[in-house]
Amino acid sequence: MASQSAHQPSSPDDSARVAEFEARIARGESIEPKDWMPERYRKQLTRMMSQHAHSEVVGMLPEGNWITRAPSLRRKASLLAKVQDEAGHGLYIYCGTETLGVDRHELIQQLLNGTAKYSSIFNYPTLTWADIGCIGWFVDGAAIVNQTMLAHASYGPYARAMVRICKEENFHKRQGYEIMATLAAGTPGQRAMAQDAVNRWWWPSLMMFGPHDSESSNSEELTRWGIKRKSNDELRQRFVNLTVAQAKAIDLTLPDPALEYDEATDNWKFGKIDWDEFWRVVKGDGPCNRERLAARRKAHDDGEWVRAAATAHAAKRRAASEAA
Amino acid sequence: MTTSNHGGPTAAVFTNMTDSRDPNAGNGAATDSQWPLWEVFVQPPKGEAHEHAGSLHAVSAEMALQNARDVYARRGEAVSIWVVPSESITASTPEDMGPFFDPGNDKPYRHPQFYKVPRGVRV
Repeated sequence: MASQSAHQPSSPDDSARVAEFEARIARGESIEPKDWMPERYRKQLTRMMSQHAHSEVVGMLPEGNWITRAPSLRRKASLLAKVQDEAGHGLYIYCGTETLGVDRHELIQQLLNGTAKYSSIFNYPTLTWADIGCIGWFVDGAAIVNQTMLAHASYGPYARAMVRICKEENFHKRQGYEIMATLAAGTPGQRAMAQDAVNRWWWPSLMMFGPHDSESSNSEELTRWGIKRKSNDELRQRFVNLTVAQAKAIDLTLPDPALEYDEATDNWKFGKIDWDEFWRVVKGDGPCNRERLAARRKAHDDGEWVRAAATAHAAKRRAASEAA
Repeated sequence: MTTSNHGGPTAAVFTNMTDSRDPNAGNGAATDSQWPLWEVFVQPPKGEAHEHAGSLHAVSAEMALQNARDVYARRGEAVSIWVVPSESITASTPEDMGPFFDPGNDKPYRHPQFYKVPRGVRV
C-alpha cells in the first residue's frame, strides 16, 4: 500500500488526477506530503519554499553585523533573539521543503553556489543602527503581510510552518518599530539617522512583494493551486496601508511625494517602483549580493569542524554503549 | 499547532512524517544533511497531548532533543518534548483513506446523538 505515486512524473493520462487534485484545493482541503500532486505543483512549491528558507538564513547576515554594536544590553539581547528566530524559521521551512522529496543538502548547495534565489531585500547594506529598526519595522512587517497569507497555503507543511513563524514575527516587527520610535523622539542627529534609514529601506521593502501582477510569471499558477491566496499588488497595497499610519505616529516621512489617500478605494496610492533596480538586485548586482554569499559560504565552511566533531562524538558514544 | 489549521482528512497528520523523503537520508554519514531525520512532538502546558511540531536532522537522540528545545520551545511552548526517528514511524497512506477508515463511518451507534432520550430529560 505504500505510495509510490508521489514521485512519478505527471503524464497526459493524469488529467483526471489533476482535476481531482484541483477539486480538493477548491474544497479547501490541505495537501499533504504523501498525497498525489502534479509534478509542477511540487516543483513550484520546492522553488518557492526553498527561496523562502534561504531568505530566512541570508536575512541573518545584515542584522548579525549589528549584534556587537547594539546601543544597549536590552537591544542586544532582543537582536540576538531575533537572529536566532530567523535561523529557526529557516529550519522550519527547509524541513517543510524536505517533505516534497528534496534533500536539504542539495538546497543549501544551491544557495552557496549562487544558483538559488533569496529575497532581494537582504542585498542592501545595514549602514547605521537605524537600519536595524527599519528592517524590523518594514522588512518583517512586509514578511508578516506575506506570511499571514501563506499560512492559508494549500500545502499543509508550508502553511503550518507559516503559522509558527507568524507567531514569532510580531516580536520582530515591534522591536524594530520601537527602535525607530525611540530614535525619532531623540536628538536631531538620531532623528536624521532614522529618517535616512526610512528613505533607503522604503522602496526596496515595497519590491519585496515581487513584480506587478501583470509581470509575475508564476502568480497565475500559484494562485490556481491555492499556494498564494492574494496577489503581489494586493499584498503590497495592504503593507502600504498599514505602514502609513505607523510612520505618521512617530513623525517620520515615507519618501514618496505621490503617496495619497484615495477615499473611493480606502487605499493609500503610491508612486512608481523602480523595477530596473529590482531586477538588477535579483539578478545579482545589488549592493551586497557577493558579500552576502561570501559570508554565507564562510559560515558554512567554518562550521564544518562542528559537524565533524558531532558526528565523531556520536560514533564514539555508540561504540562505547555497544561495547558495554 | 500543526494539526489545528489544516482542513484536510483525518489521516493527514500521519502522512506528514515519512516516506516522501529520501529513504537513504538516515545513514549517519559525515555531512549534516545525512544525519538522520527526527520528528519532534511537544507537549504544551496545561496537560494537553504531545503534538507534532516539525522535524530536524541530528546525529544522536541527545542532540535531537537539545536542538528540538532550541528550535521548537524557545518561548515556553513545551513542558515535554519527544523526538522520534522519522524512519520509525509507520503511517497510513492516502490510498488507505477509504477502506482503512471506512468501518468507523457506518456505525453511528458509537455516537451519543444516536440514542433517544425522553423529552426534557438531561442525560
